Amino acid sequence: MARAVSVRRKAVVTLVAWTVGLAIFFPILWTILTSFKTEAQAIASPPLFFGFDWTLENYATVQERSDYFRHFWNSVVISFGSTLLGLLIAIPAAWSMAFVPGRRTKDVLMWMLSTKMLPPVGVLIPIYLIFRDTGLLDTRLGLVIVLTLINLPIIIWMLFTYFKEIPGEILEAARMDGADLRSEILYVLTPMAVPGIASTLLLNVILAWNEAFWTLNLTAAQAAPLTAFIASYSSPEGLFYAKLSAASTLAIAPILVLGWFSQKQLVRGLTFGAVK
Amino acid sequence: MGQIVLKQITKSFGTVHVIPCLDLEIDDGEFVVFVGPSGCGKSTLLRLIAGLEDVSSGHIEIDGRDATAVPPAKRGLAMVFQSYALYPHMSVRNNIAFPLRMAGLDKAARSARVEAAAKILNLTDYLDRRPGQLSGGQRQRVAIGRAIVREPAAFLFDEPLSNLDAALRVSMRQEITELHQSLKTTMIYVTHDQVEAMTMADKIVVLNAGRIEQVGTPLALYATPANVFVAGFIGSPRMNLIDGAEAARHGAATLGIRPEHLALSRDDGAWKGVVGLSEHLGSDTFFRVTVDGVGSLTVRQSGEVDVKRGDTVFLTPSAPHLHRFAATGEAMR
Repeated sequence: MARAVSVRRKAVVTLVAWTVGLAIFFPILWTILTSFKTEAQAIASPPLFFGFDWTLENYATVQERSDYFRHFWNSVVISFGSTLLGLLIAIPAAWSMAFVPGRRTKDVLMWMLSTKMLPPVGVLIPIYLIFRDTGLLDTRLGLVIVLTLINLPIIIWMLFTYFKEIPGEILEAARMDGADLRSEILYVLTPMAVPGIASTLLLNVILAWNEAFWTLNLTAAQAAPLTAFIASYSSPEGLFYAKLSAASTLAIAPILVLGWFSQKQLVRGLTFGAVK
Repeated sequence: MGQIVLKQITKSFGTVHVIPCLDLEIDDGEFVVFVGPSGCGKSTLLRLIAGLEDVSSGHIEIDGRDATAVPPAKRGLAMVFQSYALYPHMSVRNNIAFPLRMAGLDKAARSARVEAAAKILNLTDYLDRRPGQLSGGQRQRVAIGRAIVREPAAFLFDEPLSNLDAALRVSMRQEITELHQSLKTTMIYVTHDQVEAMTMADKIVVLNAGRIEQVGTPLALYATPANVFVAGFIGSPRMNLIDGAEAARHGAATLGIRPEHLALSRDDGAWKGVVGLSEHLGSDTFFRVTVDGVGSLTVRQSGEVDVKRGDTVFLTPSAPHLHRFAATGEAMR
């Protein structure tokens, strides 16, 4: 009897999970399908699911009109650049907060998080003016800096939680073994925190990749990443759903692939066997 | 060399004074054991010597040099932690070589010294494994290997055997003692296990609430405890402590007599009592005997003795082995 209930329960849960999953995935699927239609088919009513003539025409047009690879490269530089720079700052910061906490450490962490609660538009004008005066407008360096600052609180918080899991005695052992602070962080802490650092890196690359507010407002042509590339298809010349879909598909593809391949990296536990 | 001198050391965490004020001298080559109940400050004291905690006031001298402000990496001491604290991402070889790498030794010299240490500790076959693939005893040996390769001025052990099972604990105890005899390096060993203290130490430091109760050789502490605390702490089973009229009759506030210094007889003796619980170890038998006006006493007898629960027996303390303590707890001599 108990088994029958559990099977039915399993079936219901599976069904619900699939429904929710498909509902969430549907817009992406629809975007991808639309990208292979002609503009006329894209707005056809009733909508066409699979019974249309598949075409790559939109992709060709998109690449021809606005250089995909330049935007792609900008996105790579900006998202990886800001994440790596952020990690460089965040690792020592999280180290000190996790292993030598002071009386105000908790407050500092909360304060960092609180900066994420401010609506970005609140600081758009000052930052825009600073960027204009320092010549950082529409430069990849400028975007790397601003996205580093934006995501730094999250990077520090994530690393802090991972570092907290590492037994302090191992770092003390390193100190007893003659390691200075640099060696301690480089040879002991960082390798042990690799899974944590990897997932922090991945998440922040995704966040930076998808960041649209600052990338749209602080770039024009030179440093424009894929967000700007998509945006350029949504505006003035009317509705080109098929081309917009092709641009979107091109923009999300790299990050989807990255996420797919790095899943395994994230769950590898390296700290096992350290203590006891 | 490994002479360590603590002068007027104090340590407070906030308002909690873990170590009120402490002086101690540890000579080169000594095996010193810090022993005491949990929370007595023995681990804190070790961490102060290591430099992992800063003293609140006072000075630490290592080989005549003031090391109070010297970071742990530069004190020339090696430490073995209770949790072993091995680097999980490194092989046994790299774990042991780590201090040498930090010291800037080249690869050939490192590898020679690692091999030598592994030979001493029977780890040669495990050098390419990760700590996670080793048993508790092997991990402990790796931790010791990591400590010995760098030839430190002194070894610090923080309850290193408490994670091991009883049998392994005894054999590791002997290994560490033998290591001390062959290396002749100063060792400071923290434990709450007074059997470890008695069997390993050249000198025992008994700590209680951050104060040193007594310093001496194991047998000196056993034979002439300085106060009631040491008398009760050193020795297993515990010394019998008797208060009240019987103690007053001997001119003391507390009277102490060890279980093996009580003679047991069926016919006559100083104290008449009734046998309660008995523990048979084969080599020894321990009886709990309740004596009117004295209390419950533990008696140790060699081998098996034909005495059962409920029997009436007589106990006679051996006069030269009676310990008398004043009301302050200090021993009266």
